Amino acid sequence: MLALYVPRASPVHRTPAGWKLLALAGLSVLVFAVPTLPVSGGAVAAVLLLGLAVAQLPAGVLLRQARAVLWWLVGLFVLHAVLTDVLTGTLTVLRLLALVLAAAVVTATTRVTEMVAVIERICRPLEWVGVRPARIGLVIAMALRFIPLIAERADRIREAQAARGGLPRGLRGLATTVVPLLVQVLQMAHTTAEALDARGADDEPLPRRRRRDR
Amino acid sequence: MKTKDLVYIALFAAITAVLGLVPAIQVGPVPITAQTLGVMLAGAILGARRGFLSQLLFLVLVAIGLPLLASGHGGLAAFTGPSAGYLISWPIAAFVVGLLTERFWGRYNLAWGILANVVGGILVIYAIGVPVLAAIANLSPEAAIVSGALPFLIGDGIKAVLAAAIAVQVRRSYPVIETPQRAVALR
Amino acid sequence: MRLRRETAAPVADPTRGVELRAVGHVYGDRLVLADIDLHLTERRIGIVGANGSGKSTFARLLNGLVVPTTGSVLVDGLDTRAHVREVRRRVGFVFQDPDAQIVYPTVAEDVAYGLENQGVPAAERAERVAEVLERYGLAGHADHPAHLLSGGQKQLLAIAGVLVMRPARIVFDEPTTLLDLVNTRRVAQLVEDLEQQVVVVTHDLDLLHGFDRVLVIDDGRVVTDGPPDSSVSAYRALMVHR
Repeated sequence: MLALYVPRASPVHRTPAGWKLLALAGLSVLVFAVPTLPVSGGAVAAVLLLGLAVAQLPAGVLLRQARAVLWWLVGLFVLHAVLTDVLTGTLTVLRLLALVLAAAVVTATTRVTEMVAVIERICRPLEWVGVRPARIGLVIAMALRFIPLIAERADRIREAQAARGGLPRGLRGLATTVVPLLVQVLQMAHTTAEALDARGADDEPLPRRRRRDR
Repeated sequence: MKTKDLVYIALFAAITAVLGLVPAIQVGPVPITAQTLGVMLAGAILGARRGFLSQLLFLVLVAIGLPLLASGHGGLAAFTGPSAGYLISWPIAAFVVGLLTERFWGRYNLAWGILANVVGGILVIYAIGVPVLAAIANLSPEAAIVSGALPFLIGDGIKAVLAAAIAVQVRRSYPVIETPQRAVALR
Repeated sequence: MRLRRETAAPVADPTRGVELRAVGHVYGDRLVLADIDLHLTERRIGIVGANGSGKSTFARLLNGLVVPTTGSVLVDGLDTRAHVREVRRRVGFVFQDPDAQIVYPTVAEDVAYGLENQGVPAAERAERVAEVLERYGLAGHADHPAHLLSGGQKQLLAIAGVLVMRPARIVFDEPTTLLDLVNTRRVAQLVEDLEQQVVVVTHDLDLLHGFDRVLVIDDGRVVTDGPPDSSVSAYRALMVHR
């Protein structure tokens, strides 16, 4: 699976994922609590310095994330320039840019497995209400496994339809692919659940309070 | 939760991800992506609880750094941008679609399906997405509606109809809500 | 279908094999299996039958994936109804479609899954995973994405994920249906080399060469039970009259 992680040997990469997430949350509180140009502009500069100089990320990585929100930013600036004033527009855009870039830096410097570990740790208190943290790791892994599988099955269905002379495009094409695809994968889910049980999916000790099966 | 529920949850998170690969259809200047179709389908096929968890799982996958949003976007940046509210609303939208679908299950057809999808998959998403947009982007409520709801209305309406049509057919051949025994009998 | 509680301290007797006593099974209002009384102790047992004859359900009875509606199934003396977890530890299950069985994105992770459930410590886990990957020619693919494997490799991976758990008996549900000739032969050889008791449900009659016992299931009943030659010809005769 193509992840957004960019391997480098930098202090930013070595910082534990939990700290980076806290820092990101702190930054978002700061830029909204202190809505001034120096704070927002300074945040953008600091994030760029951290990402490009310290973490040595290629500029393209940050640019790509910024481009995803580019039209929003342009639109918002114009809207504010017309309706309110240019200063508010600049402030809004800088603030968003700082957060988007900071989040992109965290994502690019933290491995997916580290993030999964953080999520399992955050979810540990949920054990009390019957959620098993190990199962969170399992469903994440399963979803990653299913993405290429589903894409492949969708291709096969489209090929089968094309072979019989049908090649519906657009919305109709989507519907005629999705219905058989869903029926196929739902049937597969039944077998997958059996296979998981056969390999001991429900072997772990039961938590103190277990929800009743539906 | 049965093992099978875990598989369903992973499956529909993956389906929303795969729908992100479908090229956006251009309606005027606004690109319509297929991903909220996945949100509606999760609710309409799995029901409220599993639908909610599947879309929550999808958001977790995005948050941990996978480029699963339409056009290869992803990571934490998606949760800090102006459209963060729309994204965060997806599990709740799937929940509401699922709740209504479960309520209509005995007489579920295209019309009831569209109703469930419009309420859960459009109104709920806008009700969360638009105010968040207004807050993050300093917009007045009117400006937020004009820029963050109206342009998407046609595309979302089409998706609500499409998702209902798909759900009706899937319900006929492989119902997941309420009648888990039949799935076994089909083998 | 699942039990709320495991009854305490099951005592297994490996010499007893698998016993089916007056087993019947019903899905909804459809009778799938009826009047099955069998004692399975042979090392190589084949099950054949037409589509919809009930043989898949039969296979699932043997490790508690399906619990019979009437009668009981005992594995090493343990009732599958009361000791489903212990039974599943003893009986591995390989499915027809490896894609449905592989749940982790990479090869080694997937093989390790069952061991994690058994609570095997990480170091031993890594060792045992490496060992089976080596044995089935997947050592070079340990960190590869599972979806890039060929059909044959996927089935080997699915089998490795079961064998790594060292079950005493293994049930195969049509393991070669989706494979080409080369891979079918490879799986046949693999089954032959296993030391464990093996029960194979199959449409591939060649796979049954050298087996100790073959059952023919038709319309939910065992209609023939004997050595492969006589069972296979009885099965062919049965199908001709359809």
